[in-house]
Amino acid sequence: MKWTRRDLLIGLGGLPILGAVWWAGAATSVGSRKKRSEILEQLNIKPSLPPAVPGIGGDPVRIGVIGFGIRGEQLTRALGFATDEWKEEMRLAAEEDPNNKRLEDFEKQERLNVKLVGICDVFDVRAEKFINSFSTDDNKIKRYLTYKDMIQSGEVDAVVIATPDHWHAPMSIEALNNNVHVYVEKPMTHTVAETYTLRDAAEKSEAVFAVGHQHRQTLSFSTARDIVDKGTLGHVSLIQTNTNRNDDNGAWNYDIHEKASPETIDWDQFLGSAPKVPFNKNHFFRWRKWWSYGSGLSGDLLSHDYDRLNCVLNMGIPASVMSSGGIYTHNDGRNVPDVIQVNMEFPDFSTGSSQVKGKENGMTFCYSATLGNGFSRPTILMGHDATMELGNRLTVWPDGASTRYADMLEAEKMNPNVPIYHYDPAANATDAVSSATSQYFADKGLMWTYIDGVRVDSTFLHMREWLSVIKNGGKVSCGIKEGFEEAISAHMAGLSWKLGRKIEWDAASKTLKPIEGIDFDQVLLANDKWNIQPEMVG
Amino acid sequence: MNQNQNKLKASVTLLRIFIGWHFLFEGVVKMYNPEWTSFGYLATAQGPFEWFFTMLIGDATIGWVDTLNIIALMVVGVTFALGIFERIGAIVGVGLLALYFLAHPPFPGLTQMNVEGNYWLINKNLIELVACIVIYQMPTGSYFGLDYLRKNKLKTQEQ
Repeated sequence: MKWTRRDLLIGLGGLPILGAVWWAGAATSVGSRKKRSEILEQLNIKPSLPPAVPGIGGDPVRIGVIGFGIRGEQLTRALGFATDEWKEEMRLAAEEDPNNKRLEDFEKQERLNVKLVGICDVFDVRAEKFINSFSTDDNKIKRYLTYKDMIQSGEVDAVVIATPDHWHAPMSIEALNNNVHVYVEKPMTHTVAETYTLRDAAEKSEAVFAVGHQHRQTLSFSTARDIVDKGTLGHVSLIQTNTNRNDDNGAWNYDIHEKASPETIDWDQFLGSAPKVPFNKNHFFRWRKWWSYGSGLSGDLLSHDYDRLNCVLNMGIPASVMSSGGIYTHNDGRNVPDVIQVNMEFPDFSTGSSQVKGKENGMTFCYSATLGNGFSRPTILMGHDATMELGNRLTVWPDGASTRYADMLEAEKMNPNVPIYHYDPAANATDAVSSATSQYFADKGLMWTYIDGVRVDSTFLHMREWLSVIKNGGKVSCGIKEGFEEAISAHMAGLSWKLGRKIEWDAASKTLKPIEGIDFDQVLLANDKWNIQPEMVG
Repeated sequence: MNQNQNKLKASVTLLRIFIGWHFLFEGVVKMYNPEWTSFGYLATAQGPFEWFFTMLIGDATIGWVDTLNIIALMVVGVTFALGIFERIGAIVGVGLLALYFLAHPPFPGLTQMNVEGNYWLINKNLIELVACIVIYQMPTGSYFGLDYLRKNKLKTQEQ
């Protein structure tokens, strides 16, 4: 049998096509991988793994909860206890929308070695809900009428404080003085003076003190720290971070419970150190809107953004702060601003420089917030060599005029429009160049931390860390040092807004620089801006 | 008639080679990239069969899914490009494209992700699927491809 030339042409004509496509495919794949590994090798970034904490062994930690409102319920769920009402609500929500996996996630959450033993809430309905949901025959939960009764009872090892801001410090100090462990919501304090007092109490106490900045557990943040430490961004001169909300809940207009009355609420205890005003449901349920109990955008939300960055950069307390803003979107009787811009100056701070020594130094942290628009503005760190967008995922773009990457930009191995690093803890792998897969995740919003394939919320991780330190010793990731820095910075922002002037920090004496004729705490607690005659708001 | 038949065969041959080209390239690119995974594509599946695709992304299954996908892509690519056993290739191609289509169907009400055009019920996956059916109905390997040599050899032996 003999093939003619024509036979071979017809029969084997597909072979060169096969060869060409194969070669092109292999070259594309191997080439882009080589380029990627070259960039990754140069950056040498180590993506963070889920935090491992020593187990919470021995007897269960006996926990008392102070404040069982919205946040108190969330924290209790993070401890592994959900009310029957919430479970039912989530079951119905999941029936309506199969994508709502909150109940499923809660049920999959790892069990913590804790025992709820007490509740203290000035609103009877909440205290009863707690007892009805969690009290069992083996474990009768006790209601304490005051936080002091609970802390001094000797029956609780640790307290979770989720009250209005003006109660955070008095309760924390009482607990620490009695060597009861504390998990307190942010901001850690309501005034400057109590920030100093609480720091002293925490330093003296044997108890473990933790502030509820749960995002310190987010994997992308620890990865971001590694990125900054390695000089990937060069000298960061500006940080932009934002809050954007445009709904009643976001503007702190929470629901008012139908059973609220002077009979069901211990009003005097709620007021505590706040100015004596007659019973007011609005104040009780929507306390974040008044300086007497809350701290507005600066204490409530700036504190989160500040701590997010402080956890990545460890930049500490700003040398000075200037704020401006007003009540522009919710003129409903509140006296905290709903639009605010805060500029914090760090003139001696540097994340490292790729240029001549001494050329770069100093950074501004710029926080911008409105409660009248919900457009998502990302957090951005702007460095001479690269820009980083920081969220649950993080992305790094090289800067076109970077010194560090000049050669790679010149050789077109890098391009200012193409990320050089993308990290998503929900995805399997890290990509040097943003891939369609990571884009998919971004579009879908699959932005959770995964541990062994199970979605976990960062509040759970934060509380688990606190409990582990209680049992095994060690250091919590947001303790008194971090809480102190966060509280002072937030108070500086609030003071600057109220006074309309620059507030400065004296690093040597570790106190605010005094302004003649001004009592900072009197200003902070005042119901209005300081230049306006203070008046009672009802 | 004969001339028309030849024109048709030439056109289908071209269609076969182009589809083979497409599948082969996809398969080779994935094969040479050890980090590639279908995880993202499956995890974001939508529509009536979402449950099926999200079932595939477990730790135990995802490796198999990825490998089988590459093998299937290569089978279609090689058979179509070389012009041999292309009916087997066509069946594999139809199956694969049906899965791609069902994972992200262009149904009204579903968000279309990472697509470059606008589609309603019919998209390019489905059109390529129908093209594979044409290849199945009209094998052209004996017209242009390895099958020509195989058939010719048989003929020679018969003589």
